[in-house]
Amino acid sequence: MTALAPARVGAGPAAAPPRRSRRETWTALAFLVPSLLGFVLFYFWPTLQGFWLSLTDYSFFADTSFVGLDNYRRMLGDETFWNALLVTVEYVALNIGFQTVLALGLAVLLHRLTQSVVIRGLVLLPYLVANVVVALLWFWMLDAQIGVVNQVLGALGVDAVAFFGSEDWAIPTVAFVNTWRHLGYTALLIFAGLQTIPRILYEAARVDGATEWQMFRRITLPMLRPVLALVLVVTMVGSFQVFDTVAVTTAGGPAEASNVIQYYIFDLAFQRLDYGYAAAVSVVLLVILAVIAFVQLRLARANESDLA
Amino acid sequence: MVHTDVTTAPPNPAPTTAPAATPTTLRFAPGRILAWAALIGVVAITLFPFYWMLRTALSNGTTLATGGSSLLPVDFTWGAFRRVLGLATTEEAQAEGGSGTSVEFWVYLRNSVVVATLITAGQVFFGALAAYAFARLRWPGRDAVFFLFLTALMVPPIFTQLPNFLLMRDLGILNTYSAVVLPFFFMTPFAIFFLRQFFLGISSEIEEAARLDGAGHVRTFFRIIVPMSWGPVITLALLQYVQAWNEYFWPLLVASEREVRTLTVALGVFRAQEPQGNPDWPGLMAATLIAAVPVLLLFLAFGRRIVDSIGFSGIK
Repeated sequence: MTALAPARVGAGPAAAPPRRSRRETWTALAFLVPSLLGFVLFYFWPTLQGFWLSLTDYSFFADTSFVGLDNYRRMLGDETFWNALLVTVEYVALNIGFQTVLALGLAVLLHRLTQSVVIRGLVLLPYLVANVVVALLWFWMLDAQIGVVNQVLGALGVDAVAFFGSEDWAIPTVAFVNTWRHLGYTALLIFAGLQTIPRILYEAARVDGATEWQMFRRITLPMLRPVLALVLVVTMVGSFQVFDTVAVTTAGGPAEASNVIQYYIFDLAFQRLDYGYAAAVSVVLLVILAVIAFVQLRLARANESDLA
Repeated sequence: MVHTDVTTAPPNPAPTTAPAATPTTLRFAPGRILAWAALIGVVAITLFPFYWMLRTALSNGTTLATGGSSLLPVDFTWGAFRRVLGLATTEEAQAEGGSGTSVEFWVYLRNSVVVATLITAGQVFFGALAAYAFARLRWPGRDAVFFLFLTALMVPPIFTQLPNFLLMRDLGILNTYSAVVLPFFFMTPFAIFFLRQFFLGISSEIEEAARLDGAGHVRTFFRIIVPMSWGPVITLALLQYVQAWNEYFWPLLVASEREVRTLTVALGVFRAQEPQGNPDWPGLMAATLIAAVPVLLLFLAFGRRIVDSIGFSGIK
């Protein structure tokens, strides 16, 4: 969604002979056949179908009938749905909050200290490994009895924490695990933005006797705002769809404490076989994500006075 | 690009940077030491869990708890790898805290390789064809269709995957490779945008010259555009391979049976089993390593390409 700039028009001669132009259209169509097929079959049609399903009581075995807005009405009184929404927002706030601040710090460190590709590669490593792998790795390291983190805490005199197993800790723990996985990736996105800031600004500031902190406040942050806005859209949209980590560790528990919205949709559709209702909840997710992207890009544009 | 020489600078706070920067570097020396300490701290926190994964995978499950936070494997053994690959006998597996039922990560490894390879091949090839049509050919409605493709990025995957699941069921191909691969095979918006951006940058003079020599579009595409874009094509293939390899949600829906189960799904299943009251931690870590190693190998071979691909240049 970050590519909303108008498509660049080909630079060739504008007045091509009509016969060649028609042949070019047929060639283009031939080149596009597989993609169009994929788009219509697996994106466009299912999107329409998703909206339609949300207006039905589809389940795998019974007959299907049109129920209008019943599913949406049901959602209003569905405590599990509201809990899922609340838990997801809590997760997104924790995850995006920590991740963005830490990634900004890490990106500035990388930018001001070193150009080393090796270091950038190392911090990116967790992002390349599957969510499921990362989740299970931390599930083990944060185990309440013999996990290494609790062993170390114990040595420091702190009582063992049931990171995944307690209602209070489940969401912060999942947020932490995913922050660990995405930190390097987010930092490298910001780092790419930092590299577009002209170095001469920093050199001029240093001549004027500015401190590192002043340079960060007066140069880096203002110049980086458009990039940060894009990073926030990308990471928040991803964060709202948290599933893998929850599915293999807590399965929504304990007592629905980590029953995030995508897990609830999965649970509705494939465990309770309440497909129509699941589709309605996924419509809500779609709308939330669209609103986030729209609002954030709007806000970013309203402030775009800097060199961007 | 003033400090291009810094690329090879050793990671220490000593003032070895360009002479011009020396006075300031000295003035900020304590700050720089602190900054390097923070950076090294981040790298350590990033790498330690990978080491712990290996250390646990080489430990004996029955005595693991006695090892505490010892940095070395507890009661060193290859047993965990042997049992998750189905090489250990039931007795051997149970003696080291594993399950008696046979676990065959070979099968899941094979499935992941097949699925990720097919998806990558399809996405890169069909994506390149489409990107060429968007970047180098003139036809009515091009920008409108491109915009329509863009909107596909806005829809959360789960939204289309619910109906897609029904489609796979109606086609009768649940629990086949086809079901896992098909929705990703023909089109992914990212591949098209990524390659289109590079194709736009290729000088049109080369193409005109080829045309004067009588080459058609198909020939121009295969003989000129693709060979000139090997770099981006390889980068794209790497990114898509890693993504397909790591995918969990879709294979969880359509590939639950053992014969087609991918590694990520198998890990979820394995984790849910607690053979002797507790999860088989060394087995689980050995299995996660098996799932992580192919990606780590790709990273060792092509790390720079992957690192350089991250940024907004390809998308913005």
